[in-house]
Amino acid sequence: MSYDTLAHIIKLGGTVSFFAVFLLSIAYALWPKNKDKFERASQIPLADLDAPEI
Amino acid sequence: MSARSVRAKWVEDGSSLPIFIILIAGLLWALFAAHPTGVPAGSYPTLEMHGYIMMGAFLVGIIMLVGVCSNGTPKINLAEYEDKVIKYGVLATTFWGIVGMLVGVIIACQLTWPRIFYFDSMPWLNFGRMRPLHTSAVIFAFGGNALIATSFYVVQRTCRTRLAGGLWAWFVFWGYQLFIVLAATGYLTGITQSKEYAEPEWYVDIWLTIVWVAYLMVFMGTLYKRKEPHIYVANWFYLAFIVTVAILHIVNNLSLPTGMFEAKSYSLFSGVQDAMTQWWYGHNAVGFFLTAGFLAIMYYFIPKRADRPIWSYKLSIVHFWAVIFIYIWAGPHHLHFTALPQWTQTLGMVFSIMLWMPSWGGMINGLMTLQGAWDKLRTDPVLRMLVVSVAFYGMATFEGPLMSIRYVNALSHYTEWTIGHVHSGALGWNGFVTFGALYCLVPWLWKKKELYSLKLVEWHFWLATIGIVFYITAMWVAGIMEGLMWRAYTDLGFLEYAFIETVSAKHISYIVRALGGTLFLLGTFVMAFNIFMTIKGRGLAEPIDGDEPLAKRPVLPVSEPQLGGAAQ
Repeated sequence: MSYDTLAHIIKLGGTVSFFAVFLLSIAYALWPKNKDKFERASQIPLADLDAPEI
Repeated sequence: MSARSVRAKWVEDGSSLPIFIILIAGLLWALFAAHPTGVPAGSYPTLEMHGYIMMGAFLVGIIMLVGVCSNGTPKINLAEYEDKVIKYGVLATTFWGIVGMLVGVIIACQLTWPRIFYFDSMPWLNFGRMRPLHTSAVIFAFGGNALIATSFYVVQRTCRTRLAGGLWAWFVFWGYQLFIVLAATGYLTGITQSKEYAEPEWYVDIWLTIVWVAYLMVFMGTLYKRKEPHIYVANWFYLAFIVTVAILHIVNNLSLPTGMFEAKSYSLFSGVQDAMTQWWYGHNAVGFFLTAGFLAIMYYFIPKRADRPIWSYKLSIVHFWAVIFIYIWAGPHHLHFTALPQWTQTLGMVFSIMLWMPSWGGMINGLMTLQGAWDKLRTDPVLRMLVVSVAFYGMATFEGPLMSIRYVNALSHYTEWTIGHVHSGALGWNGFVTFGALYCLVPWLWKKKELYSLKLVEWHFWLATIGIVFYITAMWVAGIMEGLMWRAYTDLGFLEYAFIETVSAKHISYIVRALGGTLFLLGTFVMAFNIFMTIKGRGLAEPIDGDEPLAKRPVLPVSEPQLGGAAQ
C-alpha cells in the first residue's frame, strides 16, 4: 500500500469515525431517558457526607 | 515488632508486600548505580548522585513500611475517608508551588539582568538548566501534586467510599515526590533527554511509570468499589488525565539507555518522527495534564463552593468527549513550517481550532454554575478565584487556537508571545483553580470552620491578578514586537534588525514580566501563610465542634464526690 493510499484512508476514516463519536456523545447526553439520571448526577458533589458508606 | 505480625499484615493487606518488593528492587539497582564504572570521564554525567539519592529514598521507604507494618494489624478504617495522604498532598502542592515560582522569578531576572544573575561560580544555576527546572516544578510538582491530592479527595467523596489499595496511595505520594527530586536534581547536573516537559532520563521515566500505574490502580480501584452508581463527571476527567498521561509518557520516552547503570539514552524515534512524537506528547501534556485534570477540579470545586449543581450536566458530557477526542490531534501545530507533511500540520491546526467549541462550552458551564449566586463573588474571594480561573481558561483556550493558525504562528512562533500565552493559561487557569481548591481543601481536611483570614485571600487574589496582567501584557508586547522585527526588511531586501537588537528591545518588557512574576510569587507566599495559620487553628479557623483535639477540650469538673461512700 502506498503512502498516499494509507494517508487517504486514515484521513477519510478519521473524519467519519470522529463525526460518529461526536454524534454518539451528543445523542447520549440528550437522550430523554437519561434526563433524570443526569439531574441526579449533578447533585453528587453537593450531597456528600462526612464519612463513606460501608 | 515481630516477624509474625509483619507477615500477618502482609497477608491481610495486599499493598505492603508488593511495595516492599519494589523498594528492595529499587534499592538494589541504586546500589549499583551509585558506583558507576566504565563511563568515559567527562563525556556525560554519571549516575553517582542519583544512585545515592535513590538509595537513601528507598532505605527510608523500607524503614517507614516496616514501621507501619510493625504493629501487625492493618489500620485501614473503611468507615473513614483516607484524608491524611491528601493533607500531605496539599502541603506538597504549596511547597512545590513556592519552589517552582521562585525559580521562575530567578530565571526572569536572569533574562532581564544577565550581568547580576549570571552566577560564574555556579554554572549549574545557568538559565539553560533552570528553565526546565521551572517548567517541570510548576507543572509536575505543583500541578501534579494538586491533581493527585484533589483527585483522591474528589473520587472518595463522589463515590462515597474510601480510597482503594491500602498503602498504595502513600506509595503514589512519596514515589511522586522522589520523581520530582530526581527530575529537578537531574536537570541541574545536566542529566536530561532534552525533550520539552519530558526531560528526565530513562530510569526516572521508568520510576514515574511505576508510580503512575499505581496511581491509576488506586483511582480505578476506588471507582470500582464505589457506592454511588453514577460516576460523576469530574472523575471522568481525572481518569482521562491519568490514562492518557500514562500512554503519552510511555510512548514519548521509548528509548535505549547506553547501559544498565548509565544516565544517558537515545530515543527510539529520529528526525521528524521524533519531533512529532514529542509534540504529540507535549501538547497533550497541556491537554490532559493541564486541562482535563484541572477541569476535573473545576467540575467538583466550583459546584461545591457555590453550593449549586453544575449548570448543565449534559454539556459537561459533551465537553468531556469533545475535549478528549479533539485534543489528542492538536500536537502538529507546534511543527508548522517544518519537515512534517503539510497535511499533518493542517490537521493539527484544524483540530486546534475545533477545540474552541468544547473549551468555551466548558467555560460557559463553569461560569453559568454561578447563575443565581453571582453575589457570592463579592463576598467569597475563594469562589472568585475559582471563577476567574475559568475566565482565564476561556481566554487561554481562545488564544491557543488563534496561535495555531499557520500564518499567525509564522509571527508568534519562537517569540515571547508563546511565553505570554502559556502563562495566561498556567498562572490564570491552573494556578488560580489550584489556589481555589487549596483554599477549599484546607479547612475541609483540617476540620476548621473557615480559613484563617479571608482578607489575606483578597490580598492573594489581587497580587496574583495584577501580577498576571503585568506578565501577559509585557509578553504580548515583547512577542509581537520581536516577531515583527525579525521579519522586517529594508528597501534593499536585507533584514532590518540584527538579532541582538531584537533582544535589547525587549528589556523593558522583561522588567515588567519579572515584576509581574514577583507579585504572583508574593501572592503564593501569602497563601502559604494563610494555610499554615489555618492548620494552626488561628483567626477564623476555629475547629468545628466535636472535632477538637481531646487534649484541648475544656476539662469537665469531675471532683466533689456527692455521696460519701457511694462514689464508685
